[in-house]
Amino acid sequence: MSVFLLLAIVAILSVAGFVLCRQRALKQAGGTARNLHSLPNYYGWFGFIMASVPAVLVLAVWMIGQPLFIERQLSGFFPAEMIEDDAARTLLFADVRRVASGLDVAVAQGALTEDEANNIRTEFGSVRDRLATVGVALGSEVTPPVLQAAQDYREMSRVGAVGRTILTFVLSIGGLILAIRATNPEFRARNRVEQVVLALLILSSTIAILTTVGIVLSMLTESLRFFTMYPAADFFFSLTWSPNFRGNSELGLLPLLWGTLYISFVSMLVAVPIGLFSAIYLAEYASNRVRSIVKPLIEVIAGIPTVVFGLFALVTVGPFLRDYFAQPLGLGNSGSSVMTAGIVIGILNIPFISSLADDIINAVPQSMRDGSLGLGATKSETIRKVVLPAALPGIMGAVLMAASRAIGETMIVTMGAGAAARLDLNPFQAMTTITVKIVSQLTGDTEFNSPETLVAFALGMSLFVITLALNILALIIVRKYREQYE
Amino acid sequence: MDDMRLVERDVNQLHSKIEAKGVQVYYGEKQALKDVDVSILDRTVTAFIGPSGCGKSTFLRCLNRMNDTVASARVMGSIQIDGEDIYDARVDPVQLRAKVGMVFQKPNPFPKSIYDNVAYGPKIHGLATGKAELDAIVESSLRKAALWNEVKDRLDASGTGLSGGQQQRLCIARAVATSPEVLLMDEPCSALDPIATAQVEELIDELRSQFSVVIVTHSMQQAARVSQKTAFFHLGSLVEYGETGQIFTSPKDPRTEAYITGRIG
Amino acid sequence: MSDATAANPMPAAAPARGKTSLYTQDALTRRRNAAEARFKMYGLVAIVVSLLVLAVMLFTIFRDGTSAFRQATIAFPITLEAETLDPAGARNPEDLAKVTTIGYGNLIGRQFANYLTAEGIVVDGISDKDISGMISRDAPGRLRDMVLADPSLIGQTIDFSAYATGRIDGYLKGRVTLDTAELDSNVSVEQLQLADILTERGILSIAFNMGFLTNPDASDQRPESAGLGIAIIGSLYMMMLVLIFTLPVGVAASIYLEEFAPKNKLTDLIEVNISNLAAVPSIVFGILGLAIFINFAGLPQSSSLVGALVISLMTLPTIIIATRAAIRAVPPSIRDAALGVGASKMQTVFHHVLPLAMPGILTGTILGLASALGETAPLLLIGMVAFVTNYPAGPLDGGVMDPATALPVQVYSWASRSDPAFIERSSGAIIVLLAFLVIMNVAAILLRRRFERRW
Repeated sequence: MSVFLLLAIVAILSVAGFVLCRQRALKQAGGTARNLHSLPNYYGWFGFIMASVPAVLVLAVWMIGQPLFIERQLSGFFPAEMIEDDAARTLLFADVRRVASGLDVAVAQGALTEDEANNIRTEFGSVRDRLATVGVALGSEVTPPVLQAAQDYREMSRVGAVGRTILTFVLSIGGLILAIRATNPEFRARNRVEQVVLALLILSSTIAILTTVGIVLSMLTESLRFFTMYPAADFFFSLTWSPNFRGNSELGLLPLLWGTLYISFVSMLVAVPIGLFSAIYLAEYASNRVRSIVKPLIEVIAGIPTVVFGLFALVTVGPFLRDYFAQPLGLGNSGSSVMTAGIVIGILNIPFISSLADDIINAVPQSMRDGSLGLGATKSETIRKVVLPAALPGIMGAVLMAASRAIGETMIVTMGAGAAARLDLNPFQAMTTITVKIVSQLTGDTEFNSPETLVAFALGMSLFVITLALNILALIIVRKYREQYE
Repeated sequence: MDDMRLVERDVNQLHSKIEAKGVQVYYGEKQALKDVDVSILDRTVTAFIGPSGCGKSTFLRCLNRMNDTVASARVMGSIQIDGEDIYDARVDPVQLRAKVGMVFQKPNPFPKSIYDNVAYGPKIHGLATGKAELDAIVESSLRKAALWNEVKDRLDASGTGLSGGQQQRLCIARAVATSPEVLLMDEPCSALDPIATAQVEELIDELRSQFSVVIVTHSMQQAARVSQKTAFFHLGSLVEYGETGQIFTSPKDPRTEAYITGRIG
Repeated sequence: MSDATAANPMPAAAPARGKTSLYTQDALTRRRNAAEARFKMYGLVAIVVSLLVLAVMLFTIFRDGTSAFRQATIAFPITLEAETLDPAGARNPEDLAKVTTIGYGNLIGRQFANYLTAEGIVVDGISDKDISGMISRDAPGRLRDMVLADPSLIGQTIDFSAYATGRIDGYLKGRVTLDTAELDSNVSVEQLQLADILTERGILSIAFNMGFLTNPDASDQRPESAGLGIAIIGSLYMMMLVLIFTLPVGVAASIYLEEFAPKNKLTDLIEVNISNLAAVPSIVFGILGLAIFINFAGLPQSSSLVGALVISLMTLPTIIIATRAAIRAVPPSIRDAALGVGASKMQTVFHHVLPLAMPGILTGTILGLASALGETAPLLLIGMVAFVTNYPAGPLDGGVMDPATALPVQVYSWASRSDPAFIERSSGAIIVLLAFLVIMNVAAILLRRRFERRW
């Protein structure tokens, strides 16, 4: 029985639970809701939940668990050396599944009987050819152990499906009966329903944690796999980055880190002064009218997707810098460069810095400004000597967050910085960053068993750690700063 | 006008420091101050009293053009200090405010050291040529504000770490440090406890020997304690102005009497 | 006040400045005012620079991109010769399908050259290959599809209109000139001369190109037929799924954190987590998607489903933050009132707080979706940059599992191709993307205006 049908039946039972429990509660209360502890609908919902939630939960667990269980059972068919390596093991079981589903298709189309499918042997002729006649393409000829495993896989899946169906039914009907028996006017249906809703709310709020755990786990396990193939010391300290898909790659983090930091530095040189001065002007000088027009306009920059900035870097900024600065100065003739990417990321970060700084500057109490102005300070003296020092921790926090964004930015550097890993000081040279290399190592057809691919996870981990550290630092600073005024 | 006659009959020999004539203030469309004429004497404490929203603070903020910082505020009429119109186009409010210092309702020390708080004014106005001179100004200002003995050992400590009363005296020291001629105080004790209030009031009395002090207060007792002259504002108008004793004992205007006997306010 | 009196008589520690008039500014004040003016100017310059950059960026994109919506087409009558297209003569669909696009291509080239000769259009030194080379390589396929769909056309003469190639298109739009053509192996000067004549005769014309919005992507040699069809469908699928995934979960999480969560280590951890997730680089989510959804869970690469899952995880923190702000903005008096008449906490939240917070939640969600629509980097990692030419199936037929691409990814993949015609397409795609963003933002603003409540 298909999962979809099973779910449909559970749904019908749940609706029945709603109707039955609601009716029973009303009937027992003599038809007046006044005699019930909770509103009649809550009894209905209780029935609904009892009939659906346990059954669906168990079904979900079963569906996740069954393939894992079967895979473990089937491992016995293969010699240990075939499944020693993770990658080989993954490929092998992918084959088994493909053959099994091929047999399913063949049976469904009538090309094989159920019996034939169970007893077919490689000795009787090519399984590959027979499956090909029903449109199932296999990459290579099926080996006896794989076929054997596939047949057992089908058998176990069939048994599993029956078990799954029975269990789900029992749970759903059992829940329904329990709910009906529990229903009486004194039963606190609302409290029960609310407990379940609360559990759902809690579950939702833990998704953030699960995501973080997922990020850390996925990157950590793959990074560790990478470090078994490639020495960690070389990764962290080697000065060359030259991946080679035939092997013998040098995968040093440092040239990428240098490019990343250099570009981020240039971007901060653009974003911090412009963003800060914009914020100061808007917060302290601009009239309300100007402010109400200019502020949203600057925020428009923040709403533009980064890929648009990437194209801007590629088509406009890069050639402009090359033709008017790099070539006349003899500093190179590449459109992609540290300057190109840095300036464009800086532009992207202007609204980020200016809106954070604007908030922070506005949080400095007006009485501070009055105190300074009342002493005869000019506005700029007030800003420079009173407002900015008071806002400094918050602004530092904003700058750190912007730096973390610059470090993690991907599209602009992919399109504007270049692909050559280089340790160089010339800002008009093309250099590359961690994010660019993550993209280039992971796009295209990749097998996840070579250090050249897996290095992307180690790069991702490094990026995650760096940006996380910057953000936590920023949060601590900002939080300290908030306390100052609260 | 009654109050003008009062000033003319004033036996005090001190000359008039500030002359305000026909001052009107609008916040946007709303008129906050109607036709105020007043003459404030040198080396005198003048108190502005009245119920809240009566315009007394607004008028005070006209005297050093702090209303300029409120975008919607418009000031009309003339205010002269030593015969010079402070709303004249040639006047730089920055220079004016060095001459007319201000202390605010809530103590607002800068988040800097005590020393830097006091030295801030002299530094920006270039009053000191060297470190020694600056030190001298800081010390004398803190002495004038009766704070020196309490803080002389911790001048590097943050100004925000002081108690409320000390903070307000620090703000007074900060205002005094630019050697102003007039000192405006906007309800300087409203955020302080009674003991701190008493200290600040005593200080105000001493400051009178060097400055013309204008203090806004909603406390009639305080006005009676510290001021020599009192002006009563009501609904944006100056109702009565005269010797403090006369205002409190024999007010001429029925509204003043109603206020000081507690019937309006 | 002992210390004050003790200091009397006070030496004028502050050097009494001579009685200066307020009407004259001393040198120091003038200097300070100059510094003030300079400082203010820096601020103004900063704002002007930001706005100028924004203007330049939008200008270059519209300058390069608007022409993508127009396309040069060549229209001429074509006789669908039966002997070429159906040698068997039985109109048997299987026989018809045996004629490949190469056959159709030859037919089109020959007929076009014949047509030009018949019309008396001659350009010295032009080869037949040059003439047929003016028509897009997309044309044979389209003609073949037309014939297979309606075999009765065979033997007739029909008015056929085909895209001109990217270079001819570029010539009409001013991107290609006679000078650049001399250096270009993909186009000859003669072809451009012929294009001039054809334009005069009305055979070659330029018009609005709906195909840019509906066609699938095309290979490097056929920029003229590349369109956004699949990218728009992919983005649409993803946005729908993101909405379905994030709104319920985001609202539920926010309700818990704002209304029910006790102050303890766990909720603290969740809070810190949410704010940190909002700052994790988007590419890291791409790695997560690749490792978990594709490698571990075995979901299909390049599918909108995986894209939507990854983007949902990214967008969730934004939506939670916005939703919590909206819930917090509902004044406590409303809760007190509901609790006061005996509602349970849960009823209070769902009957009173949530409806009142809904406009704010929806505004935040739309803005979150708008930023999700522009996300590119994580989609590259889960394979959405692949070259997809088959439209995904309908959303109810499992289309979300089919390979698709997305608008911002299409911008990127076109931008990384060498032919300048793709830069035009890329900019055009940005215009479409920005149009969607503008619509979403305007919707959010209107929603906010319409339902804004002041307590």
